[in-house]
This record gives sequence, structure tokens and C-alpha cells, in this order.
Amino acid sequence: MDWLALSDEEWTAIRLSLKVSAVAMIVSLPFGLLVAYLLARGKFWGKSILNGIVHMPLILPPVVTGFLLLVLFGRRGVVGAFLNDYLGIVLSFRWTGAALACGVMGFPLMVRSIRLSIEAVDRKLEEAAGTLGAAPAWVFITVTLPLILPGVIAGMILAFAKAMGEFGATITFVSNIPGETQTLSAAIYTFTQVPGGDAGAMRLTLVAIAISFAALLASEFLAYLVGRRIHIE
Amino acid sequence: MTLVVKARQTMGEFVLDAGFTSDGGVTALFGPSGSGKTSLVRVIAGLSKPDHGQLAVDGETLLDTESRIFVPKHRRRFGYVFQESRLFPHLSVRQNLAYGRWFAPKTARPENFDRIVGLLGIDLLLDRRPGKLSGGEKQRVAIGRALLSAPRLLLMDEPLAALDDQRKAEILPYLERLRDETSTPIVYVSHSVSEVARLADKVVIMKDGRVEAIGTPSEVLSMPSADRRDAGAVLTGVVEVIDIPHRLATIRLSQAQIVVPNAHAQEGLRVRVHIPERDVMIATRRPEGLSALNILDGTIAAIEPAGDGMVRIRIRCGEDILLSRITALSVERLELKLEKAVFAVIKTVALER
Repeated sequence: MDWLALSDEEWTAIRLSLKVSAVAMIVSLPFGLLVAYLLARGKFWGKSILNGIVHMPLILPPVVTGFLLLVLFGRRGVVGAFLNDYLGIVLSFRWTGAALACGVMGFPLMVRSIRLSIEAVDRKLEEAAGTLGAAPAWVFITVTLPLILPGVIAGMILAFAKAMGEFGATITFVSNIPGETQTLSAAIYTFTQVPGGDAGAMRLTLVAIAISFAALLASEFLAYLVGRRIHIE
Repeated sequence: MTLVVKARQTMGEFVLDAGFTSDGGVTALFGPSGSGKTSLVRVIAGLSKPDHGQLAVDGETLLDTESRIFVPKHRRRFGYVFQESRLFPHLSVRQNLAYGRWFAPKTARPENFDRIVGLLGIDLLLDRRPGKLSGGEKQRVAIGRALLSAPRLLLMDEPLAALDDQRKAEILPYLERLRDETSTPIVYVSHSVSEVARLADKVVIMKDGRVEAIGTPSEVLSMPSADRRDAGAVLTGVVEVIDIPHRLATIRLSQAQIVVPNAHAQEGLRVRVHIPERDVMIATRRPEGLSALNILDGTIAAIEPAGDGMVRIRIRCGEDILLSRITALSVERLELKLEKAVFAVIKTVALER
């Protein structure tokens, strides 16, 4: 069973993938909530444009998304130069850049899931909360948010899973640097490119299956907990 | 407490143009569905903004389209009981009840939690989820939730309409206690004569978005214009005797006594009874061998045509006026005319609510 033992490099790739995916999921959550709320409830000019932009990464080839990120967030990119000069943040060829790429790719999935659950909320309940003295922000926190929790959890799990599997945009934007930007998927790809790398690719594939399965089970369990708490009439 | 409201709003074909004032107590907005009752209450609550309108409570202006004043719903501190209870499904009954109190200003003197819970009989439900409650229980919790938010005014929009008769009968006594034991003024929307007759101090009759009449229940509900299937007389009396084995209460009116099926009333209590005009028959001699328990003698005070071959007879019994709806043919056959002495036969069931 020696061939099952993971090398240090493989462990690094796994840890990095988990870190990148978790950061991508958590950082994109507030933006996802905001955009989903705007799309579900907002009435403003340019709503369909916003909707189109959010869904772009779902339709575009990932390599194109990665290249666009490079153009925008690269050291000489419009946003990248600003972040570098004024905030000292460098994204290109760093693990943070990988998290950005994964977050962008998972964003439409997260927004979709949250948006659908916001649209399903009975607005009469929010109206009732308003008559009981709750200001709009409090209505959102005490009524809307608890009711959309299952959708939010599903959106987070989807974004996490997407981040775990993300390859094209990441490798285009931040390349494939072991220990910095080499995620699980990139590591498997690298193994398949060298002679005798099949065993390593298989080990990491098994790990990827285990992580995906665990995420799926976790989401089912959370949905069960929430569903038991919220008995929708 | 004084409430002044006036609103004009065009919603497609429908035009709401109504207003009223209230000095506290229970004001009923009464009328058929589609008459604009709910629209008017939603304006009061701040759930909709009229094209033109004013709203003031105790002199404080909450809405004035002229001077662009619109206080949002969460700052008006009006409790609202909806037709469907609208309890929060993710909170327990206790948390639902406590919800409004959390947002009430510290200066407001909130109702005592235990007292309201006891008044509404929901003490055994506190740890349950709303999804597991019956319709009547949900509605009682919704009333409690609104009351506990320390409202200046309680708006109730057909709180019983979604319930069957048994559930209605279960909640009405709680509403009566509410009226008698709390000082919160109530605006009560209903299309049921019996609910209005039982609860209201003042009735605003609405039709096609306009106010048709305003008055006390006994004035307004017996008016010829209140032409509804269960129009009738509303009389006030005092409970004199309770006959527990037969579950009957005897009520003394100004002159006569009537027997009402209700063993829950208390002796000495002032009550109102609603006698629908279609449940009153007229006899020229005292009938015998009849199952009806209530046969009152009086004189004919008025004979009014009511259309479709029907006639409305007003019968004076002491200071009370009873209404009876009979056919024009019966009037001819019995040779009924003004000041003629007659007997009004009331079907006992008609007094049940």
C-alpha cells in the first residue's frame, strides 16, 4: 500500500486547494448576497447587464476568464496596478490570485442559488416584520436571512466545489507554481504530463473524490438541520 | 386617542376615496369584499402610499401627501393582524411573540407578556413552531404578537375570515376580552355583521371605495341601505339568568327578555345581541305550540318596501326596535298597519353567534 502514501508536495497541493477554495467561498459570500439581492429585488437600469456580467464566467471558456483576470488584475493591469501601488496587494502568480480566479468562476453558481431562495421568500412575512417595528435592515437580518439560509448554504457549497475543481482560469491567471499556486487540479495535471506520474495522479484523484464527497455530505447535513428548524407552512 | 384618516388612491378601475375619524375603542370598517376596507387599512399602516391623503394620530401627522410627509411603517407603531397569520416559520411561538417588543421604543410601556399570553390562552403553545399550530391558534398568536409590540393602535384585517365557524367562535371571546381589558384602540375590518355587531363601538360602512355611513352598530346595521343578507337589529341588554343545564342565557332588554344559547356569559354583564331580520316572523295572535323560545310583543313602527316583493317591518318593543323581513303578501294577509299590536317570533338559533 506504499503507493497510497502522499508525498509532501502532494500534501502541499491539497492544503493549498482547501485554503484557496475556502477563501474564495468566504470572500465572495457578501458580494454574492448583495448581487443576488439586487437581482432578485432591485428595479434599476442595467439590471440585465449586471445579470449578464455575473453569468459570464459560466459561459466563457475558463481560459478566457483567466486571461481577462490577467489583463485586469495583473501587475500592469488596470486594477492590478492600482492594488499594487496603493495597497501593496499583488494577485498575479500568488495564491490570493488563485482564490480570486476560483471565486470569480464560482460566483454565478453562488448568486443563482441565493437569488432563487430570495425570490421564494414570502414577502408578506417581511411586511409583517415591518409593521412590528423592524427597520428594513433588521427585517433582512431577522427574517429574510434565516429563511434563505438553505439557499445560501447550497450556494456556498457549490462555490466551494467549483473552486476545488477550477483549473483553466487559475492556471492562465496565476500559472502552476508548486507551493504557491499549484492546486489539486493543477497538480494532477502536472503528474499526467510526466512519465511515471500516474500513481501520483491517482492518489490525488482519490483525495479529490473524498473531499467532494465530504462537501456533498456536509451540505446535505446542513440542509437537513436547517430544514428541521424551518418548517415552511 | 384620536385617529384621523383620509385617502384617495386609484388602482386601475378601482378608486378608493374614503376617510373617517376615531376617538378610541373599536372602529369597524364594514362592507362587502372589494369595497376598499383593506386598502384603507393598508394606508393607515403605511403599507401603501395613497395618491392623496392625510393621517394623524393624537395630532401627530404620519402621512400628508401635500407636505410630503410619509412616516414608514416600522416607525408608526401600529400593530397589524393580517387575515392569514403571517407568523415567522423559523421562530418559535415565544420568539414570534417577543419579536415586536425587541423593536419597541424603551419609553413605550409594553403589555405584560404573561398577561397577554393568558388573555389569549396560548400559554401551552409557547415552545411550539407556528407550522404545527391550528388556524385558530395561529391567529391568536398573531394577535398576541401585534399587541406585544406596544402598538398605539391595533389594525385587524379580517382576522377571522380564514377560519371556520368553530374557530371563529373560539377566538371571538378573546377579542371581546381584548376590547374590554386593554386600552389599545382597534380598527377592525370585517364583512361579517355578527362580528361587527359583537365587537364594534363605531361602524364605518364602505361600498365601492367610499364611506357610505358612519354610526353606532345599532344605528348603522339596521339602516335600510345596509341591505345585506344578515342585516338586522342589534340590541343591548344585561345577562339576567344563566341556565347551565340547558346552556341558555336570559337577557333583559328594555322591555322584554330573550333567551340566547350561551352558557359562558356572566350574570350582570352587558351584552349585544344581533337578530337578523330574516329570522324574525310576525304573528297577529300569540302563537302556541311553537318551538321558538322568544316571542316578543310589540307594535309596528314602520313598514318599508325592501324590493323583490319583500317588506321590512320595524317592531317597537319598549325602547328597542326589531326588524323583520317578510313578503308583501303576508303584509296583506295579516292586514299589518302602523301601530298594530303584533308578536315577533324569533328563531332561537338566530341569536347564536
